[in-house]
Amino acid sequence: MDVIQMQRTWVEYTKSLYREGYLDSQFAQLQLLQDESNPDFVVEVVSLFFEDSERLLNDLTKVIDQQQGVDFKKVDAHVHQLKGSSSSIGAQRVKNACVAFRSFCDEQNIEGSLRCLHQVKQEYYLVKNKLENLFSLEQKIVAAGGSVPVDELGFL
Amino acid sequence: MYQNGSSSSYEINTETTPFRVLVVDDDRILRKMHKMMLTRLGIEVEVAVNGKEAVDLHLAGASFHLVLMDLQMPVMDGSQATKELRGMGVTSPIVGVTAACAEKAAFLASGLTDCVSKPLTISKIANYLPAPSPNNHANN
Repeated sequence: MDVIQMQRTWVEYTKSLYREGYLDSQFAQLQLLQDESNPDFVVEVVSLFFEDSERLLNDLTKVIDQQQGVDFKKVDAHVHQLKGSSSSIGAQRVKNACVAFRSFCDEQNIEGSLRCLHQVKQEYYLVKNKLENLFSLEQKIVAAGGSVPVDELGFL
Repeated sequence: MYQNGSSSSYEINTETTPFRVLVVDDDRILRKMHKMMLTRLGIEVEVAVNGKEAVDLHLAGASFHLVLMDLQMPVMDGSQATKELRGMGVTSPIVGVTAACAEKAAFLASGLTDCVSKPLTISKIANYLPAPSPNNHANN
């Protein structure tokens, strides 16, 4: 694939992530913060999101798997954090899954919480995969001597 | 809304001091993003990971033109930190940044100048930032 084709693929792929609700305008704000003096800013921030999310999901799994009663206060605190960080980077579907999760925490509903945990994990791994694909394409564009055509995302 | 402190150690000479903002948030992603948002405008940014760190910075003599304060943080939350800063005589604008709309009124009552909802954007806090100079930096 030549640079121009890769750039077109990048634009279409990015637009599809917004269209399908994986990302929202907050990710666009993140992209706007990146410039020549901070060319890896988006990857750096998203990497923090990946680290924090996986830690939180592990912690959530441990707390919900407790045999002797679930500490819903702890569950809610973790979900609140995950909601915050997913909202910060524009991972919309993860954020929405966290919103639903918190409702079940309020009700102290174990079954609902387990379902939500599964849903949050699913959405997280989906968006992680999508973003990793996006960054991989960006690396290929730059390696081929091109630049990432953020300007061609008309809605930014 | 809050007691106007008389301590001059927390007043800033805006003519000689670069514009400084303190970002207080336990979320490292938000600290990084908010810092970048402001740094790109030529503003000096310091960060604190919770309300206690923010208070300790002021106790150590630091001063800021603006404090951006998250609400829910471990160790010391934004409400408590704001009360303590006002009690110390800090008169700088303290703008709460929160996703928790239900607690906004209580947060404001702790001594905030204003409260904005997450996600933070420059337009939400433009009134508290210096007007852009001709060379597009906060300080000449």
